[in-house]
Amino acid sequence: MQKKKLFWRKLANHIFRFFSLLAVLLAATAMLVIVSHVIRTGSKSLSLGFFLNPSKPYGMPDSGIANALLGSIMITLGAALLATPPAVCAGIYLAEFRDRPKITAALRFSANVMMGMPSVLVGLFVYTLVVVPSGHFSGLAGSVALAIIMFPVVMRTTEDMLGMVPYALREASLAIGMTRTRTTLRIVCRSARKGLITGILLALARVSGETAPLLFTALFADAWPKHYFSGPTPNMPVLITEYSTNSPFEAMHQAGWGAALVITVLVLALNIGTRILFREKRHAS
Amino acid sequence: MKKSAIDNFFKWFCFFCASLIGLLMLGFFIQLSLNSKQVWDIFGWRFLISTEWDPVAEKFGALPSIVGTLSTTLIALIIALPLALAAAMFLVNATPLIRSVLGHAIDLLAAIPSVIYGMWGLFVLVPFMQDKIQPFLAESLKIQKIPVVGRFLAEDYYNGFGILTGGLILAIMILPYICAILRDVLQMTPPMLREAAYGVGCTRLEAGKDIVIPYAIRGILGGVFVGLGRALGETMAVLFVIGNMMEMPQNAFSGSTTIAATIANSFPEADGLQRSALFALGLLLLAMSLLIQILAQSYLRAATAHRGE
Repeated sequence: MQKKKLFWRKLANHIFRFFSLLAVLLAATAMLVIVSHVIRTGSKSLSLGFFLNPSKPYGMPDSGIANALLGSIMITLGAALLATPPAVCAGIYLAEFRDRPKITAALRFSANVMMGMPSVLVGLFVYTLVVVPSGHFSGLAGSVALAIIMFPVVMRTTEDMLGMVPYALREASLAIGMTRTRTTLRIVCRSARKGLITGILLALARVSGETAPLLFTALFADAWPKHYFSGPTPNMPVLITEYSTNSPFEAMHQAGWGAALVITVLVLALNIGTRILFREKRHAS
Repeated sequence: MKKSAIDNFFKWFCFFCASLIGLLMLGFFIQLSLNSKQVWDIFGWRFLISTEWDPVAEKFGALPSIVGTLSTTLIALIIALPLALAAAMFLVNATPLIRSVLGHAIDLLAAIPSVIYGMWGLFVLVPFMQDKIQPFLAESLKIQKIPVVGRFLAEDYYNGFGILTGGLILAIMILPYICAILRDVLQMTPPMLREAAYGVGCTRLEAGKDIVIPYAIRGILGGVFVGLGRALGETMAVLFVIGNMMEMPQNAFSGSTTIAATIANSFPEADGLQRSALFALGLLLLAMSLLIQILAQSYLRAATAHRGE
């Protein structure tokens, strides 16, 4: 009797472990299938011209993605410039000034909630906030949209990173007569700078593939991104969307896969690079 | 005197930056409410239950989009949650090397842009569903013949697009997210508790089921809600494969649409009342995801609160 019961318990345990392993393998396989498909299909369209020529309407020779790549870089960097300084300051407020705990808690909560905001709504928001008043789609509007997505992420990582700085450092700095401001900027932020840079770069990687907020803000154009402030600016995610959904032509799909490969590699490279370069030395766990 | 003035300025400046986040959140609500006022004035609460979406006749109803959103999210969660939980429990029990390799892989997968999932879904998953999965479900298993629920599951007509495909691609997308959160939450269980369970002779399954999961249940719920929120608001991955039909879906094979996909699809060409209706859909989506995020955050906060490091 006792032995039989043990047998069933062990069997259940083995089935469960098998299922767990299966789940991990299934997830890993799904991902490998997707990534390898992007690599296999996308690599066919890679050539020097693909990176040097701007995108052109279907049928024109020597079409590429150079304009979209440049536009994407401009939009993403613009977003980083707009979002980082206020977001870091906001993080500093959450981490360093604790005189209004309720307000701080409410703001932290808002930041957490904002991190889960559907990105298409950010597009709508920026459309009414920037595109309608200024009268035209622009790369800048795209940057604002991505900045809004970045803001809470950078804010929360800044707070977490500053929270890890030991109190003794702050006390020592204040004790030798530094002001609060100098202590925060020169001592606390400085000792947490690796973490801060990691957080900002990871947020940047996250928004660089965002598509939905750019659909109604940056739009797309088959031209070089000359009008960042005043006109539709080409960018990679919208190029991929346009080429794969709004075009019946095989050649466009192929170019779309090439662009998909480029953006995947860029996002993953930024991610892995950041993690390796700015890895905090952790205690063995 | 001057020193404290700078300090004061710095503090208020930081406070101003931090309050931006609160202003932004308010701004979303105000902007969507103002822009959708026209629709609420004309249709009132019937906007929520009307199934008609006819821009020419200027009749708008949100129900098809709402049903599409909820059903794709539900399918995604049903598929992803058991897998994520099992995978997370595997990772927690795995050796450090396997754990860190697979853990990093999961973090990276969560970073792949959603438009890539959408594109893969359109060119690979949709044909695969049409040629293999849907014929298998509809013709070999005949799940549409199951009494009562069968007619909501499948039908004889299919083309690869639809709610099931959308749910599947969402499941693949949110799996790494949920798994990463669950792994972090499960790791917070004190090792002592688990070791004590092994000590009295529990198997791994029993230790997991009776000790680790109950201990981490709030965090697990938080993780589930975070995944739910992602699935709910996801635009691009669904947009490519859902079929974009503004009709009431009949079953899981029907082409449908979600709130986010409708906005992304129709907003550029819309004007007047239709634009207002799209803003109203946006307001609905905002309310839903806000509710889910609030649940998620309060559960996750409760889970981390008693960690006490």
